[in-house]
Amino acid sequence: MIEQPKIVKICDIKDETPNAKTFFFEYMGHYDPGQFVMVWIPLNDEKPFTLSYINRNIAGITVLKRGNFTKTLHTKKIGDQIGIRGPYGRGYSLIKGNAATCIVGGGIGMASIACLADKQENATIVQGSRTMPELLFRHRYKEMRLCTDDGSFGYKGTTVDLLRELVGKHDYQKIYACGPEKMLYKVYELCNEHHIECEVSIERYIKCGFGICGQCDCSGQRICIDGPVFNSKDLKDMPDFGKTEITKSGKRISL
Amino acid sequence: MTDVKLSVNLCNIRLSNPTILASGILGTTRALLKRVAECGAGAVTIKSISKEAREGHNNPTVITYEAGMINAVGYSNPGVESARIEFTNLKEIGAPVFASIIGTCNDEFVKVAEGLSESGFSAIEIPLSCPHTPGFGLLSGQGTPKATYDITSAVRRITHLPIFVKISPSIPEITTVAKAAEDAGASGITAVNSMGPGMIINIESKKPVLGFKVGGVTGDALRPIAVRCVYDVYKAVKIPIIGVGGISTGRHAIEMLMAGAVAVGIGTGVYTRGIDVFSKVCAEMKQWMIENGYNNINDLVGIAHD
Ligand SMILES: Cc1cc2nc3c(=O)[nH]c(=O)nc-3n(C[C@H](O)[C@H](O)[C@H](O)COP(=O)(O)OP(=O)(O)OC[C@H]3O[C@@H](n4cnc5c(N)ncnc54)[C@H](O)[C@@H]3O)c2cc1C
Ligand SMILES: Cc1cc2nc3c(=O)[nH]c(=O)nc-3n(C[C@H](O)[C@H](O)[C@H](O)COP(=O)(O)O)c2cc1C
Ligand code: FES
Repeated sequence: MIEQPKIVKICDIKDETPNAKTFFFEYMGHYDPGQFVMVWIPLNDEKPFTLSYINRNIAGITVLKRGNFTKTLHTKKIGDQIGIRGPYGRGYSLIKGNAATCIVGGGIGMASIACLADKQENATIVQGSRTMPELLFRHRYKEMRLCTDDGSFGYKGTTVDLLRELVGKHDYQKIYACGPEKMLYKVYELCNEHHIECEVSIERYIKCGFGICGQCDCSGQRICIDGPVFNSKDLKDMPDFGKTEITKSGKRISL
Repeated sequence: MTDVKLSVNLCNIRLSNPTILASGILGTTRALLKRVAECGAGAVTIKSISKEAREGHNNPTVITYEAGMINAVGYSNPGVESARIEFTNLKEIGAPVFASIIGTCNDEFVKVAEGLSESGFSAIEIPLSCPHTPGFGLLSGQGTPKATYDITSAVRRITHLPIFVKISPSIPEITTVAKAAEDAGASGITAVNSMGPGMIINIESKKPVLGFKVGGVTGDALRPIAVRCVYDVYKAVKIPIIGVGGISTGRHAIEMLMAGAVAVGIGTGVYTRGIDVFSKVCAEMKQWMIENGYNNINDLVGIAHD
């Protein structure tokens, strides 16, 4: 394997929310939901994004505008080129058969679980955002439980509040989640309380993406190759989860 | 099965086997050092630490090509104050831990060495050989015999720990530099750092791939050069050598020992063979030794010389 970006042309762009766009490009190769790719803008930087769409040989990344890199990416037009390398990491493990599961996306974390939600049968899909205009993929699934912190749409409260209610009513075999780490930690605790297996995708600053630089450490686990998806059993031995992260310089800070 | 001895004595540090995690690979946190020790490394080196925090170069910082790896991480590190907090209770790591210190002037090397002096490191490595970070290594003239002598002496004055000076394969006067380090009181030589710098251009975008455009070349491409450097340095100095460059199998490690190394550093091999490359290399070395009638790894050191 050669770890270098491959140049692709952006073939479509979709405005998802006022601050998030999906960029579509031709993509060949295997992809497990939850894996990520490194997106390169020459002479700028290269950063990690999950594939939020994969359909035959077209894939998409849904990008929230934050700092320098994502702002530059948002200026790209159809026909412009970007580099892609990967996919990297260990994705979600799907459950076969008809067991009930719940898939929870918080904010842009929804992008990470979107392809999982396409594939996993008999899943309750829950999405939360601060406010209605930030909700993603509103018409993508047959059914989705939506919540907003400000109550502007759907359930008023956090995904964890709603999940707590759902867990009382359904017999979930597994709960999947991606979103802010504070939310993931609460989902993890809730799952432990109810003896439900959980899988969460966590974020750390990524450089190499293939397990050599040590930048993405979380308690001795490399997010980029041992994760980004970890299950309850893994998380039990990861005291940094929900507590500390490592910045671009390598400095440990509280979450 | 014959009892094969892999343990080595490196400047009075006992290593259960001769494999060492090279600096800059996974050595960012205490937890990762511990994991690498659990994967069989005989010693582990932390990622190089400077006085102040550094974010390093923009991505891409590490890429691979047909013959190896090329990186321009740019010495990202949290600075000595944070490093001191991160690297504690080193005895519990399960293998000796080597510090790696960098600076832009003699005084910074000294400050970092002092800052880490209470942390329980078993040795200090001083790379004077990075080919892709302005202010440090080759890009600031630290790879000359004089600079090597001055920096090594300055650190020697303030520590009793063994000092390994890490040298570049990309300078012609490599034996003179190694000799200068020895004269200044270095306890050993780490040979070698990455070579180059090299460049990879993406021909579709027509731009260099690395964020810093150029970077140090490591892995398979580096091995024959590293073996030659160790072979030459072995003849030039009396202090022990840690051989580094392109080692990912037991055969590679044995080749490096035969050139004159007492122990071997492994970096890129963590990528090519996985994080348990250390135990794999050890098992392969043992196998080769059994097949070839050796029972003590130390008997292999330098035997390629006439
Ligand atoms: C495995 C993984 C998957 C991701 N998937 C998505 C996705 O599908 N959609 C999406 O919008 N975002 C995703 N992100 C986050 C995305 O990488 C960051 O938002 C982006 O890098 C921000 O860069 P910036 O220059 O715009 O912002 P900056 O101002 O540089 O940073 C904004 C925030 O993003 C984080 N960040 C910056 N650089 C990196 C980096 N190299 N690696 C990880 N985090 C970084 C920082 O912690 C910071 O808090 C993912 C992150 C990871 C680790
Ligand atoms: C990603 C990466 C980062 C590195 N960072 C450092 C560093 O911080 N300090 C250092 O002395 N050497 C650093 N090196 C050099 C290695 O320690 C080693 O000398 C070199 O990679 C050759 O060994 P290898 O072929 O086994 O990788 C780095 C190498 C790589 C690949
Ligand atoms: S980003 Fe380099 S090890 Fe994970």
